[in-house]
Amino acid sequence: MEVAGEVLQSGSSQELHVLAVDDSYVDRKVIEKLLKISSCKVTAVESGARALQFLGLDGGKGSLGFNGLKVNLIMTDYSMPGMTGYELLKKIKRSSTFREIPVVIMSSENILTRIDSCLEEGAEEFLVKPVKLSDVKRLTKDCVTRGETEGKDGGRVDKRKLEDDNHTSSSSSIPSSPSTTTSFGCGLATSELPLSPMHSSKRAKLRDRD
Amino acid sequence: MDVVNQLQRQFLDYSASLHREGFLDDQFTQLQKLQDENSPDFVVEVASLFFEDCEKLINNMARALEQQGVDFKQVDASVHQLKGSSSSIGAMRVKNVCIAFRSFCEAQNREGCLRCLQQVTHEYSLLKNKLQTLFRLEQQILAAGGSVPAIE
Repeated sequence: MEVAGEVLQSGSSQELHVLAVDDSYVDRKVIEKLLKISSCKVTAVESGARALQFLGLDGGKGSLGFNGLKVNLIMTDYSMPGMTGYELLKKIKRSSTFREIPVVIMSSENILTRIDSCLEEGAEEFLVKPVKLSDVKRLTKDCVTRGETEGKDGGRVDKRKLEDDNHTSSSSSIPSSPSTTTSFGCGLATSELPLSPMHSSKRAKLRDRD
Repeated sequence: MDVVNQLQRQFLDYSASLHREGFLDDQFTQLQKLQDENSPDFVVEVASLFFEDCEKLINNMARALEQQGVDFKQVDASVHQLKGSSSSIGAMRVKNVCIAFRSFCEAQNREGCLRCLQQVTHEYSLLKNKLQTLFRLEQQILAAGGSVPAIE
């Protein structure tokens, strides 16, 4: 996966647009820098409410955000006053327009129940802060890779549709890759269903419910 | 060039001492590595944001602890935020005081909280001074026509 990603990415002209949500100035500045170094366009906002506003989910502007740029990835802090990252995640996943956007949760606290809840609600990943450049590079590279390979594969199951009743049998193939790389769709209709090995910050189990 | 070398050595020594004495941890080094031509003042900017944050949060904590009926949840919320920022910038000693501070909040121990508040204020001042010295050294190197050595 890593090798394939590298081969495909070299020809990519697509710059990901990432929406970063964090109430801390310091963290916003850092995540913005990490994303810029990883060749992404960044919009950093201070709250879930602002994030929804930007996406147009609050009934305001159109769904592309006020500068017309489609959002390919959302990275949000968990603990925020007002709306938590978890609540923001739920709102996004329950929106037919935005549920496809991968959402990554960041938190300074490595709490298993918290991680599980987020993953269950459809978060792509749970990163423990402080977030490293290697995490951001990996996430964004996966995003670009997914974007480029999507069109070539039929029959991929959108793991988020497992919450609906369209559960297919592809969940039975669980590749146990040594790396903790996850792959996911970025603005496209379907995504793969890989399950990485048990790791405190990564997707674990429980796709077999339902 | 001799002046530049001296300044560079001073900078590296000072930086090493800050790490050795626990003022800064690896996260600070990570931030320094992120600085580039596109954002030559990145670390200084992040540090400024951090110090602003510190002042605001310390004031919040002080006010909350002054109340007749202390709202420990409120104090804890501020400490949690400070712990987060200090972790993000690599301010290890500040972060460690926050960890202890949170325990006192949980135990609703006002005396313990006040002691931690004093400690965190002290650590923040110390760090601010030390970082200002570090940044000044950087400026001196640049002014002398040299480049700031990368921290390994």
